[in-house]
Amino acid sequence: MLAYIIRRVAQSILVLLVVGLVAFAMFRFVGDPIDNMLGQERTQADIERLREQLGLDQPFIVQYWRFLEQAIQGNFGLSYRQGRPVSDILIERLPATLELAVVSGLMALVGGIALGIFTAIRRRGVSANVIMTLSLVGVSLPTFLIGILLIYLFSVELGWLPSFGRGEVTDLGWWTTGFLTESGLKALILPAITLGLYQMTLIMRLVRTEMLEVLRMDYVRFARARGIRERAINFRHALKNTLVPVITITGLQLGSIIAFAIITETVFQWPGVGLLFINAIQFVDIPVMAAYLMLISVMFVGINLIVDMLYFAIDPRLRADRTQGGH
Amino acid sequence: MKFQTGILSVALMASTAIGASAETLRWARAGDSLTLDPHAQNEGPTHTLAHQIYEPLIIRDMTGAPQAALATSWGPSADDPSVWVFELREGVTYHDGADFTAEDVVFSINRAKSENSNMKELLASIIDVRAVDDYTVEMETDGPNPILPANLTNLFMMDKGWAEANDAVDVQDVEGGEQTFAATNANGTGAYELVSREPDVRTVLTQNEDYWGMDQFPMEVTEIIYTPIQNAATRVAALLSGEVDFIQDVPVQDLGRVADTEGLVVKTAPQNRVIFFGMNMGDDDLANDDVEGANPLADARVREAMNMAINREAIQQVVMRGQSQPAGMIAPPFVNGWTEEMDSVETDTDAAKALMADAGYEDGFSIQLDCPNDRYINDEAICQAAVGMLAQIGVTVNLDAKPKAQHFPLITNAETDFYMLGWGVPTYDSEYIFNFLVHTRGDERGSWNNTGYSNPELDEMIVSLASETDLDARNEAIASIWEVVQEETLYLPIHHQVLNWGMTDAVGIEVSPEDDPKFKFFEMN
Repeated sequence: MLAYIIRRVAQSILVLLVVGLVAFAMFRFVGDPIDNMLGQERTQADIERLREQLGLDQPFIVQYWRFLEQAIQGNFGLSYRQGRPVSDILIERLPATLELAVVSGLMALVGGIALGIFTAIRRRGVSANVIMTLSLVGVSLPTFLIGILLIYLFSVELGWLPSFGRGEVTDLGWWTTGFLTESGLKALILPAITLGLYQMTLIMRLVRTEMLEVLRMDYVRFARARGIRERAINFRHALKNTLVPVITITGLQLGSIIAFAIITETVFQWPGVGLLFINAIQFVDIPVMAAYLMLISVMFVGINLIVDMLYFAIDPRLRADRTQGGH
Repeated sequence: MKFQTGILSVALMASTAIGASAETLRWARAGDSLTLDPHAQNEGPTHTLAHQIYEPLIIRDMTGAPQAALATSWGPSADDPSVWVFELREGVTYHDGADFTAEDVVFSINRAKSENSNMKELLASIIDVRAVDDYTVEMETDGPNPILPANLTNLFMMDKGWAEANDAVDVQDVEGGEQTFAATNANGTGAYELVSREPDVRTVLTQNEDYWGMDQFPMEVTEIIYTPIQNAATRVAALLSGEVDFIQDVPVQDLGRVADTEGLVVKTAPQNRVIFFGMNMGDDDLANDDVEGANPLADARVREAMNMAINREAIQQVVMRGQSQPAGMIAPPFVNGWTEEMDSVETDTDAAKALMADAGYEDGFSIQLDCPNDRYINDEAICQAAVGMLAQIGVTVNLDAKPKAQHFPLITNAETDFYMLGWGVPTYDSEYIFNFLVHTRGDERGSWNNTGYSNPELDEMIVSLASETDLDARNEAIASIWEVVQEETLYLPIHHQVLNWGMTDAVGIEVSPEDDPKFKFFEMN
């Protein structure tokens, strides 16, 4: 187990370094920050001076090396756009993204599993079929469209929920939370639905398929023959065995919820890291882009690591395989 | 299904509308100010926020006309035409209570002239600034400079004592690694004080009770809550749902929707920004065309033909939905030197074809057009329309539209032969246009002139404008420079952009040509 973890961590670090390298190789294609940083009246001399100061005249390998040198010491530089330390900005923005991701992730998980079980057990029922059809909408509509539709329905037409922002937040010193105020909670609803809808339908469909499969298995049939109550079969025996793939997907999707919150955050002007990243791309704010990409890859790699370990915990066969050498 | 009913009940509970007193103005626009340091960035949204907190010596009112702010009067010195004398307003205090005096002006001008300042180019002609007494300042220029005051309208006055006490004497050097106090804090003399600010999220300002102009301006907005909302549809939705009172940058497709909503109005005015195409006429051969060994754009007849082929009215009606003003010259109508005759071009495809044939290009040629897709209103769509129009005279245009961060380096590095550019004129004078877009490209001037056009005689006239104190002679020189620019078809002007502001009918203000609302002028019904 320990050797396995060490190996995985080493692999993860390699992945991070490669992500960084690819990112720095790509930045030149995003554009040139110089024109964004200087005003209309800039002279050629200003341009050259700034380019040299920022090291943009160096090959990307050199730029990457400089970044790594600084990053290892915990210094991600100053944002070209805001002129403030990147680490400060990220810390300021992360709570918004994480709160949104956790709420929409929970919504997707709870809603997805519940609906998945429901549609599997009542697979011939009318309501189950309606839910299945509606779920197609969730999978096929692009996120920004869902967001805009929700805004027009709930903010403009009905006037119930705010169309943008995070509402009033409470500053806990190291964290800002929207959970403690009414406006903060209200502001969370539409973005969370927008972000979680796709994940929810995905989990629901997955749970349903797995569940149908499991319900056809011999042990379920025998359990039924033994007269065990339907409820116990469904929730105790069948559900447990459907959860392994669900955990994999949920883990991976949690990463993508955070990473792809970009679109939802842009639509709702949600002040998280995704919106920050979009602004950084438009401005070619290289320090922010680099730090964000590193942060996201650390998150993905970390989540994958945890998921792998959860397998060990949930599926005894994985452990058995190692010790007993197969069936 | 339990979860969904949950949402519904929460939503119902929360359905009370957000009310606001008439004096609080909730304001949204696409972008946020980049920094509170008034000399670090020379950029629209940054100046707009700074204008609420800080003040220049001379300010432009909402129509663009100069007005006394921290200076009460100004004029060239009687003894020396190279010296401007400014009489300062007395009894003005900064938000922290410090007095505004001549030494603050000297400090601010020198700070804005320092290397890391982005405002220094506007002040390049100033060689010395000195305090004569507490309320008189002299600025000496490297020769008579009749339009110096026009360069000071976005030049904000900081308090010397405050800057020194807070280690903010220098403008921030991004690569230097340290953050300056002035980038996140502000202490001005302006009508509004900073209450709180989270960059890109929310900025709150409150009225400065001790403002010197309390009785001179409406001052009816007592609190400003500024939230950038990037997504145009969301910004409009926020106005429609009553979550904000005032938005800038209303997308043209939503104008009708806003105007038709009860309680909301859209106000429109020409912006101080002209959109045009530039052409590389200087090189012997172009990299981005299909003509070998020659540069078709070097022929003035070809440029004129292209100019006549572009149907500006069609672009106005179809692409801009009426929200533009067709242009024939690259100066906005407010600018000194603009004339109505020059600002229009007849579309004449047949005459254009004849000119092309004259120039030996009856079969046309093909060329690449570089265009931004996130900088100007409908920029890419304008380029697409132009592609079709130029095809009618045989010019096959390959359109390459890119984000602004990739487009503008092409111009900066002279890597494009045919490109779109927009230009605003903060000084409201033609000299500014000539300096950047007409003068031969060099270190001092012509930094945006990517056409390769170089006319030493014209250059000389442009340079001499800076020190011509006889305004009539100066205006004559401007007119003759324009004549050459128009005759040579140096650029292909498209239109003047039109600004749209959406607001509740409680807000009484007209659109300013620079897209910079100054809230002390706002009236609230």
